[in-house]
Amino acid sequence: MSFPKILSANWGVPDNHHINVAMSRGQYDVAREVLGGARTPDDITAEVKKSGLRGRGGAGFPAGMKWGFLPKNDPRPRYLVINADESEPGTYKDRRILENDPHMLIEGCILASYAIQAHACYIYVRGEFWHQQSILRQAVQEAYHKGFLGKNCFGSGYHLDITVHSGAGAYICGEETALLTSLEGERGYPRLKPPFPATHGLFQCPTVVNNVETIANVPWIVRHGGDAYSQIGKYVVGPDGRPQVDSRGTRLMCASGAINKPGVHEIPLGIGLMEYIDEYCGGVKGELKAAIPGGSSCPILTADEVRSVEMTYESMAKHGTMFGSGGLIVLEQQTSLVWVLHNLLRFYSHESCGQCTPCREGTDWLYKILGRMLQGKGTEDDLREVLDIADNMEGRTICALAAAATMPTRSYIQKFREEFVSYFVKGGRPVDRRGRYLHPVAPVGAAV
Amino acid sequence: MGYSFSPETKEKFDVLVTRYPEKKAALIPTLWLAQEELGWLPPEALAYCAELLDLAPSKALSVASFYTMFNLKPVGRYKIEVCRTLSCALCGAFEILDHLENRLGIRVGETTPDGKFTLMTQECLASCGTGPMMQVNGKRYFESLTPQRVDEILNSLA
Ligand SMILES: Cc1cc2nc3c(=O)[nH]c(=O)nc-3n(C[C@H](O)[C@H](O)[C@H](O)COP(=O)(O)O)c2cc1C
Ligand code: SF4
Ligand code: FES
Repeated sequence: MSFPKILSANWGVPDNHHINVAMSRGQYDVAREVLGGARTPDDITAEVKKSGLRGRGGAGFPAGMKWGFLPKNDPRPRYLVINADESEPGTYKDRRILENDPHMLIEGCILASYAIQAHACYIYVRGEFWHQQSILRQAVQEAYHKGFLGKNCFGSGYHLDITVHSGAGAYICGEETALLTSLEGERGYPRLKPPFPATHGLFQCPTVVNNVETIANVPWIVRHGGDAYSQIGKYVVGPDGRPQVDSRGTRLMCASGAINKPGVHEIPLGIGLMEYIDEYCGGVKGELKAAIPGGSSCPILTADEVRSVEMTYESMAKHGTMFGSGGLIVLEQQTSLVWVLHNLLRFYSHESCGQCTPCREGTDWLYKILGRMLQGKGTEDDLREVLDIADNMEGRTICALAAAATMPTRSYIQKFREEFVSYFVKGGRPVDRRGRYLHPVAPVGAAV
Repeated sequence: MGYSFSPETKEKFDVLVTRYPEKKAALIPTLWLAQEELGWLPPEALAYCAELLDLAPSKALSVASFYTMFNLKPVGRYKIEVCRTLSCALCGAFEILDHLENRLGIRVGETTPDGKFTLMTQECLASCGTGPMMQVNGKRYFESLTPQRVDEILNSLA
C-alpha cells in the first residue's frame, strides 16, 4: 500500500536534529504562518478533529476532541503537557522521534499550544532518556535562538515557553495524572478522575496531555489538511451513518520478540497484523504461538487471531485486545507463556504505586501465584484464584495500572489454559534462561 | 553546614526555577542537579534542595524515594542496570545478568569491593528491539549485548 510517511520520512537524514536541516525542508513554515494570523486556534483544532487523529499513547482518544474539552472563557492559564515517559514494555517509538526529528515534535507543540491557547508547554521525558533529553534540549534552545519560542514567537506576539522536564524512573508516571503530579514535584501518584485534566490538570489548571507521536503528527495535518490525513488508513461508515472503523492515518509500530527484523516502522492503519509481521519485520522467527499487539498491558492474541486481526482500533477490540502503544511482542511455540506472564506480573507488582490496596496487594499476589505455578506447585485452585483476584482488582482502583495487569492475565489463562494446566506437575516444566521449554512436550501426568 | 551547589550548578538552578509557576515543581530537576554533582543524594543534599525551594527536608526525601533513579545510598563508580522485562528477557537478558554476576563476582544489588561496579536490574528501558541491553550510570545505553560485548564494555570502563 502506498502512503506518505508522516513521522519517519526524515529519519535517515544526517544532522536532522539540527534546526537548519529541519528548516531546509520546511519545518516550522506552517507554525510561522499560523501564528502570523493565517489560522485561528479553533481552526487548528477543527483541522485536527477532521483528520481523525487518535492518541498514540495507549487509549486512542481522538486528539482534536480532547483539545475541545478545555473550558472556554476560563481565566486560568492553560497547559500543554507532552507525555514522553515511554515505558510500556515493548514500546520504543517515541524515542525514535526524539532522536531523529525533535523539531517535528517542537513544531507540533507550538501548533497544539496555540490551538488550546497555552503559553507554557512541558515535555515530560523519562529520566533514563538522558541522551534523548540532551538532543531535545538542544533543539528547544535552537528554536528559542531563532525566535520561534519565547515572548514573541515568530514575531507574532504569541508567547510560548517549552520546558523539557526529566522524570526520574517510575513506570506509573506515564499515566497522565501521575505524570502531572510528578511534574508538580510530588511522588508520582495517579489522581482520581474526574476531575479530568481538561478542567483540573497541571497546577489545577486546564491541561491537555498528549503522547509524543500524537503531537508529532500535527504539523503535517495542519500543512496538508485534515482531509489528506484522513485519506490514509481505514475509515468505514456504517448504515447508521456512524463510523464502524475509525482508524485513520499512519502510526509507528515497534516490534520485538520472535521476529527476524525488530525495529520501528511507520505503517498505514488497516493492514493485517500478519502482513505487518511478514512485510516489515521479516516474518516470525520459529513457529508463531501468540502475540501481544500493543505493549504488555494488552491482552494476548493466539496465532489464529494474529492471522485474522487488522491493525485498527476496532479490529483489535473485536479480538478482545487493544492497539495500545504499538509495541508488538511476538512469541514462538517454544516459549512458555507461564514464564511470560510471570515476567510481566513481576513488572506490574514492581510498578504499582501502592496507593490502592487492590492493586498493591493484587499485583503482588498474582506475581507470587505465578511464581508458584512456574515451580510446578500450582493447582486448579490457583487458576481460579488468579481469575478471582483479577475480578476483585478491576474497577476498584484509582488508575488503569491494575487493569493493565489483570486484562492480560485473564487472556493468557483463558486462551492458553491447557498450557497453564500442564504446569501442575511436580517441578513444573523446565525452561532455559530465555523462557524456552527444554522439553517441548508436556511431561506425562501433567493433564488434570 | 554540609552541602551547597557549585556556582555553575547554582546558575543552572536559578534558570530552571523560573520555568515553573510554583517553586515546588522544580524539586525533581533540583534533585537531579545534586545527584549530578555527588553521584547520590545524601541527607545534606536533600536538605539543601528542600531549603532552596522552601520545602521541608522530609519532603525531598519522600519524593526522592519514590523514583528509582535517585540513589539514596552511594553506588559504585559505574552503576550497571540490565533490563529484565519481557522483550529483553526473551532475547537473553538473564544470560547477560548471569555473565555480569560471574564476571564481577557480585550478585544483583551488590557493589564490587573496590567500589567500582554496582549491578542492578531495571524494567523496560525502551530498547525492546535492540535487547538485551544495559544502562550505565543512568545515562549511556549499551544495546544488542552479547557476553563478549559485555566484556569489552567492562574493560573500557576505567
Ligand atoms: C499505567 C499507565 C501507563 C501509561 N504510560 C504511558 C506512557 O508511557 N506514554 C504515554 O504516552 N502514555 C501512557 N499512558 C497513557 C496516558 O495516561 C495518556 O492516556 C496519554 O498520554 C494521552 O495521550 P494521547 O491521547 O496522545 O495518547 C499510560 C497509561 C497508564 C494507565
Ligand atoms: S491502580 Fe495501582 S498504580 Fe494506579 S493508583 Fe492505584 S495502586 Fe497506584
Ligand atoms: S523490555 Fe528491555 S528495553 Fe523494553
